[in-house]
Amino acid sequence: MSKAGTIFRVAGPFLLAKGMIGSRMYELVTTGEAGVIGEIIRLEGETAAIQAYEETAGIKPGEKVVGTGKPLSVELGPGLMGQIYDGIQRPLTSLEKLVGSRIQRGVIPPALDQKKKWHFQPAAKKGAKIIGGDTIGIVQETSLVKHSILVPPRINNGTVERIISENEVTVTDPLAEIRTEGGLEELHLMHTWPVRRPRPYKSMLPTDVPLLTGQRIIDAFFPLAKGGTATIPGGFGTGKTVMLQTLAQWADADIVILVGCGERGNEMADVVEKLPRLKDFRSGQPLMNRTIIIANTSDMPIAAREASIYTAISLAEYYRDMGYNVALMADSTSRWAEALREISGRLEEMPGEEGYPAYLPSRLADFYSRAGRVKTLGSEERIGSITAIGAVSPAGGDFSEPVTGGTLRITKVFWALDFALAHRRHFPAINWFMSYSEYMHTLEMWYETIGSNWVKLREEAMSLLKEEEELREIASLMGAEILGDKQRCVFEVAKMLKEYFLLQSALHPIDMNCPLKKTYQMLHLILKFYDKARQALESGVTLAEILSLNVKEDLARMKIIRPEEFDETNSKINRSLDEQFDQLAKQSTGGKPA
Amino acid sequence: MTQLSQSGRRFFTVREISGPLLLVETVSGVGFGELVEVLTPNNEERTGQVIDVSETVTIIQVFEGTSDLDVKKTSVRFTGETIKLPVSMDMLGRIFKGGGKLADGGPEIIPEDYWDIHGAPINPYSRAHPTEFIQTGISVIDCMNPLVRGQKLPLFSGTGLPHKLLASQIVKQAEVKGEQEAFTIVFAAMGVTADEARFFKEDFTKMGVLSRVVMFVNLAEDPAIERIITPRMALTAAEYLAFEQDMQVLAILIDMTNYCEALREISAARVEIPGRRGYPGYMYTDLASIYERAGRIHGKKGTVTQMPILTMPDDDITHPIPDLTGYITEGQIILDRGMYKRGLYPPIDPLPSLSRLMDKGIGTGKTREDHKQLSDQLYYAYAEGKLLRETALVSGEAALTSVDKLYLQFIDRFEAEFISQNVDEDRDIEETLDLGWELLSILPESEFARIDPDIIKKYHPQYRQRSLDNSHVS
Ligand SMILES: Nc1ncnc2c1ncn2[C@@H]1O[C@H](COP(=O)(O)OP(=O)(O)OP(=O)(O)O)[C@@H](O)[C@H]1O
Ligand SMILES: [Mg+2]
Repeated sequence: MSKAGTIFRVAGPFLLAKGMIGSRMYELVTTGEAGVIGEIIRLEGETAAIQAYEETAGIKPGEKVVGTGKPLSVELGPGLMGQIYDGIQRPLTSLEKLVGSRIQRGVIPPALDQKKKWHFQPAAKKGAKIIGGDTIGIVQETSLVKHSILVPPRINNGTVERIISENEVTVTDPLAEIRTEGGLEELHLMHTWPVRRPRPYKSMLPTDVPLLTGQRIIDAFFPLAKGGTATIPGGFGTGKTVMLQTLAQWADADIVILVGCGERGNEMADVVEKLPRLKDFRSGQPLMNRTIIIANTSDMPIAAREASIYTAISLAEYYRDMGYNVALMADSTSRWAEALREISGRLEEMPGEEGYPAYLPSRLADFYSRAGRVKTLGSEERIGSITAIGAVSPAGGDFSEPVTGGTLRITKVFWALDFALAHRRHFPAINWFMSYSEYMHTLEMWYETIGSNWVKLREEAMSLLKEEEELREIASLMGAEILGDKQRCVFEVAKMLKEYFLLQSALHPIDMNCPLKKTYQMLHLILKFYDKARQALESGVTLAEILSLNVKEDLARMKIIRPEEFDETNSKINRSLDEQFDQLAKQSTGGKPA
Repeated sequence: MTQLSQSGRRFFTVREISGPLLLVETVSGVGFGELVEVLTPNNEERTGQVIDVSETVTIIQVFEGTSDLDVKKTSVRFTGETIKLPVSMDMLGRIFKGGGKLADGGPEIIPEDYWDIHGAPINPYSRAHPTEFIQTGISVIDCMNPLVRGQKLPLFSGTGLPHKLLASQIVKQAEVKGEQEAFTIVFAAMGVTADEARFFKEDFTKMGVLSRVVMFVNLAEDPAIERIITPRMALTAAEYLAFEQDMQVLAILIDMTNYCEALREISAARVEIPGRRGYPGYMYTDLASIYERAGRIHGKKGTVTQMPILTMPDDDITHPIPDLTGYITEGQIILDRGMYKRGLYPPIDPLPSLSRLMDKGIGTGKTREDHKQLSDQLYYAYAEGKLLRETALVSGEAALTSVDKLYLQFIDRFEAEFISQNVDEDRDIEETLDLGWELLSILPESEFARIDPDIIKKYHPQYRQRSLDNSHVS
């Protein structure tokens, strides 16, 4: 039953209503003549504070508020893939058809196409015992996504009374009837789920499989695990958005959910134009067939921005429950936190650090704890995962602020973006000294299957970079003339490591993706050069001679060799390294054996 | 229910005046955000807007300021409307005050329509991504940080730096190659001096473009709160010209720092919890509601390109005004005081400058295939040169390798020949790129890790010379 109250204050996206008897926290309401939708975010006696998901201009004290009796929920079912939604799951494509190029309020098209017919193949039989999470049928949603029609989690013990045979059905057509203790339940392709409630699973599993990204610095030094969490903070223009979009294309996830949360309209337009043309790197199918976009740009209402990340993670959980590896990218969680701050300010709550509400850290934790690798609900053994990656936009690029701090305490991977690197166009501008991955250790076993000396290579590379940094400091104090060939060699190889390996343009047609094997081979070759160079220096060869070797040129060009051809390049460079250094050694000993 | 507010009556119910705000007793029917006519005790009419309404109190922000208002004789009339701008093609060539009233003494405008100045958000799905390169004729912009039609690209400046000169040069020279239609300029000034306003007006007159300019001018001595609506008025005009009249509009907003100060003033008057450095916590969202009003829309011929100009307080880029702006706009062009002092014009520091839409606007068929990689390599070389210049200062040139010394040579010439140019020098993009190659060729080819070998073979002056020679022979 819907209940009605009365507005008595309007201040921006924030409304107060009285007479809200029987309303519930987080209940969805519609407000005023325009039917603006909002959500109850505080209840005190019969007074409710409401955040409006739409523009509130013109709303007057005295107008009615009607409760829907339901919390903010998402529609789950076939038809999600390839969609672009706003923060509360309104399809932006339908909005455009209905009201044109400007977003208008009071228009709420259904999230899933109600008319489209899907080919349903039953997977359960009449009389079968079923529980939440079981598959009653399959729909091929897109060329890349086989969509399991899951029994909603609320059913924990039921019997199939009736199920339709293979047929074309809409999302609301009845598919099956389940007898439960509470009576008969009708199932459809679609069910709804309240966004603020995590979907249940059986058990949490360890995160010991990497989510490979095709980005060298990440895969080699700061890897992410399937089901893991990562944060990528950085000042404006340091490469957060480009990185998230690159990961959306190249990470080896089954499904990608990209959230533009309070960011630019043009960036979303770019993604929408780009994705249908890009191909999934495994199947060659359009990337859009396994991607969902949530776009609540900075000029769209902030309460919907606040909701957007919950909408997104609920969709992610739904596909996780089918056994998929889902990657969710949120750009930028700072804008979400700002929405939280603004609403909290209007509620006149006690401000914490920098005006953010005291519950910011716990909200962050709630969000990231919905990531993970799990055994899903249902009688069948299924493993699914959600990897959550959040961009953070710290004020002034300074990481000592509440959103960065709060996120770092929860997430396990830290990719610290650096203005200095970005300004010299060294991308990805991930600072290799500040960044870390707590998965490094758990993934070690997995990595050793690619190359037995991974860990050693990684450590060698890192200590080379460290050594260079220290030498630079010494040189800047004492003058560079005190450096001998040995130290200069550190500079030179560190420069090679940075330019030939760490630098990776997301815009270069070949270099944008680097499979793990190629990454390994590249790193190995550069460090082999370093090894040989040091030996050569020991035996009296000059650095100038070493640097003039042709093989250095080959190392510089490794990144633009196609991965398919790289094995060959690898052996060729390996050989050249051996030959050219041998040659050097011979020359320096005057052709006589040493 | 009779709604008192819609009776057209004037209410003498002002209870309190606080900074730019009027607190009046609520009369039934007042809506959030509606336009209010405020009558001063001398019967002067001012414009206000409801920014908070409860059953008892209505808070009105008065755009022309609250000076001379009192509690007793000031009255308010509610209009039931949002703030609208009368729009028409007749706006072209006209000058308005920051609050939208005509300021040039000319005839009133006959409106074709009235547009809400707040403009509803553009559905991101309806946006077309900007792709057309705008040639400004300024090398350091065109090659390193090119502007694209429909982009929002601000100038971050400092007090006393030549951003006006630069803006005016851009207005004069900006063109999309191969197109006849020139830009229509919408110009919004917030808190500028009368001198500055005159500079632009005279400049537009000199260029002979005044008939293609609409100006909204809020002067330094005008009420600060009016600055809240000035850019919104201007952008409404811009959107009308672009999306209704198919024009290519360049909107210049100067100085956004003054706008933000006005925003802070209102926030303080409302006793809100301040965010960083006293600016309101919602400043990001507020600025976004201005800056996002740029772009292209599917099915529309016109575009709005935005060039906001702001002065960084104390030249500090981490100050909330440039910081939040940078987080919203599609890059930034940064004027550097050090370069200015060394006599460079334009004193644009390429390193912290950025154009995010660059990659969409350049390359084969737009500028030239080598553009991106050349610019990447120039970036690297300039950054490297700057580091080495510092090293040389500390430990002398003796500490440098021979390649290092070439970098020093490069950076000196890059600043003198590439970045520097005259105020009236309009360089073609080909000329700019060739100049870039010429300077880059100071360095050994083995340094060019960011350029593909076949691009080097095609554009490096050394090979170009050779292929020219060859073609002579054959
Ligand atoms: N991996 C990359 N390869 C090549 N170029 C990059 C890369 N990352 C970033 N860039 C360049 O840097 C620019 C800014 O990157 P991006 O838009 O991702 O920054 P951001 O951190 O999201 O900034 P903001 O916080 O303002 O949104 C891009 O437009 C692109 O030119
Ligand atoms: Mg971004």
